[in-house]
Amino acid sequence: MHLGHTHDGPAAVSADATRPDGTRRALRIGLGGPVGSGKTATVAALCRELRDRLSIAVVTNDIYTREDADFLLNNAVLPPERIQAVETGACPHTAIRDDISANLEAVEDLEDAVGPLDLILVESGGDNLTATFSKGLVDAQIFVIDVAGGDDIPRKGGPGVTTADLLVVNKTDLAPYVGSDLERMALDAEKQRGGLPVAFTSLTSAEGVGPVADWVRARLAAWTA
Amino acid sequence: MSRAALLVLADGRFPAGGHAHSGGAEPAVAEGRVHDADSLADFCRGRLHTAGLTAAALAAAAAHGLDPLALDAAADARTPSPALRATARRLGRQMMRAARATWPSPELDALAAARPRGAHQPVVLGLTARSAGLGPEDAAHCAAYETVSGPATAVVRLLSLDPYHATAVLARLAPETDRVAQAAAEAARRGIDALPAASAPLLDITAEAHAAWPVRLFAS
Amino acid sequence: MSVRARARLRAEPDGRGGSALPVLESDGPLALRRTRSPRPAYARVTVVGAMSAPLNGDHLAVEAQVADGARLTVDAAAATVALPGPRADADPSTYTVDLTVGEGAVLHWLPEQLVSASGSRLHQITRVRLAPTARLLLREEQILGRHDEPTGALTTRLTVHRAGRPLLDQQLAYGPGAPGGWDGPAVLAGHRAVGQLLLADPAFEEGPPPSRLLGPTAALTPLAGPAVLVTAVAPDARLLRGLLDDATRELLDGLKEDHP
Repeated sequence: MHLGHTHDGPAAVSADATRPDGTRRALRIGLGGPVGSGKTATVAALCRELRDRLSIAVVTNDIYTREDADFLLNNAVLPPERIQAVETGACPHTAIRDDISANLEAVEDLEDAVGPLDLILVESGGDNLTATFSKGLVDAQIFVIDVAGGDDIPRKGGPGVTTADLLVVNKTDLAPYVGSDLERMALDAEKQRGGLPVAFTSLTSAEGVGPVADWVRARLAAWTA
Repeated sequence: MSRAALLVLADGRFPAGGHAHSGGAEPAVAEGRVHDADSLADFCRGRLHTAGLTAAALAAAAAHGLDPLALDAAADARTPSPALRATARRLGRQMMRAARATWPSPELDALAAARPRGAHQPVVLGLTARSAGLGPEDAAHCAAYETVSGPATAVVRLLSLDPYHATAVLARLAPETDRVAQAAAEAARRGIDALPAASAPLLDITAEAHAAWPVRLFAS
Repeated sequence: MSVRARARLRAEPDGRGGSALPVLESDGPLALRRTRSPRPAYARVTVVGAMSAPLNGDHLAVEAQVADGARLTVDAAAATVALPGPRADADPSTYTVDLTVGEGAVLHWLPEQLVSASGSRLHQITRVRLAPTARLLLREEQILGRHDEPTGALTTRLTVHRAGRPLLDQQLAYGPGAPGGWDGPAVLAGHRAVGQLLLADPAFEEGPPPSRLLGPTAALTPLAGPAVLVTAVAPDARLLRGLLDDATRELLDGLKEDHP
């Protein structure tokens, strides 16, 4: 074979903590959860909250091409070159768990194109309660549910609710209207999650995403320590 | 050769990105050309003998040890559609990642370094088979089978086709898939100039149309 | 009695801004005629079918060389119709075209349609070698069957090398004996006219036209090398030609300087 070598060598295979040039790569956080629970809104709010201090990029996994990416673009939470959509062949959970190759390519391409990055948010397409991210793709994952989806979701559990590094219960402002009992949700979540943190959010106000942003900052501090 | 290694490589769950691609089935379904198990079989048969034969021969040639960069250029010349070239390179890059995690080899590393954005998928597939200790015919079988299993799986999702009917389509195509793989491996033994270049006009044309769709379920 | 014929032609610059034809050899059914070119810098040759050909068992070949700096248009007076011929047991016929285009040279290779009549069997092979600065406009059209008849068996292979590297390699196989699915939803879906239009030009090194659909069954695509290919299928020869003519006009308009 007559193969030339590029200066930066082949790409990393999986979730190696360093990039091919030896620098530490960005922290990758996955956001999953059922359709309509507010994943994209949470991503948008996190970007607005953190973008002044941190270099951020987002990967979306849409069921239909680019819907979530377009929402983020239209809301101008990040410049377009920092948002990349992965096409999932109608199976977003496959792309974040079973075959993560397209997502790994997307995060690496973002680091190459707009890096260095501090944080990459990988958003799953709206799926069901069983969708979780591969550890080969993300360093930590957030599972977003909402009070309108029923206050029995934390009790029912499922891999997302029980194992996510952070459970976000969104749309708390709607609780009185849909008859959801926030205290009961908190208790059930604690029981299911064995002490893993839970954040209650309402994104109707700018500071609503605060608890999630604080958690992300803490993870980032641990990652770069 | 290890027959089990062949099963690992040919497994639809081998994490190399194929699940997001329909192999041209999505536009064929949208045009109404594929609407049931029979038309799916006809679609798969046409794809097998065109794109499938060409891909299988490239894969066999790479497994045989022919220069992967020359094969990559040969694949470019056999792929007039830029959408399909981009797809082939994207999938090649994804296959390369999986290959280097499963059967690492200096040859894979060298090709990854020379084509960091991805070589054509059949070339990477063939080199992967070689790294796994598999032969040209094994590589050809994988490539040929992939060209029909992808559309069959996609059509189950696109048409809610009975999955038993879709799998039966693949089973009935098995003897033809074997023959295509054998022909591809034989051509590969005769060298790069003997590789087939079978093509399907509608696959090329509709791939360009599909790439411009604003909303689609599959990447290709 | 099967026919074996090889026609040859060669174009060279004539030293006065035009092109001469020092070699122009007809053979058997392949009659070559120098005709008046509407483009002043070009020599023009028209292939005149002296008899019906090829019949099964015939072996026809055309060899055209365009020397460095020369310009040549080759066209045809009528469609080529592949026919079965009198002997049922005859081998398939072959039609081989070898084209060589030198540095700074231009070849417009624009034959009429190739019609695969019912019962005929033909392998068509077109091989093109382009120098790095050569320009080529090449059209091929396959019509599957005459009016209201099933197609014959037709395979074609078009291989183009530029500067020694592969630029385009395409094989098509239709009709009785062709691998399954050739008329199915992945390949032709019932269309009976298939065409390719290739324009290779070093000007495309700087960026060929972007990919574009020319209707629901035709696409203009930039190749990996400096060339574009129009791939089209159509219900019949007339509709196909209309598509390819429109594409030709548009492409050449974009390159007026290079193909005066």
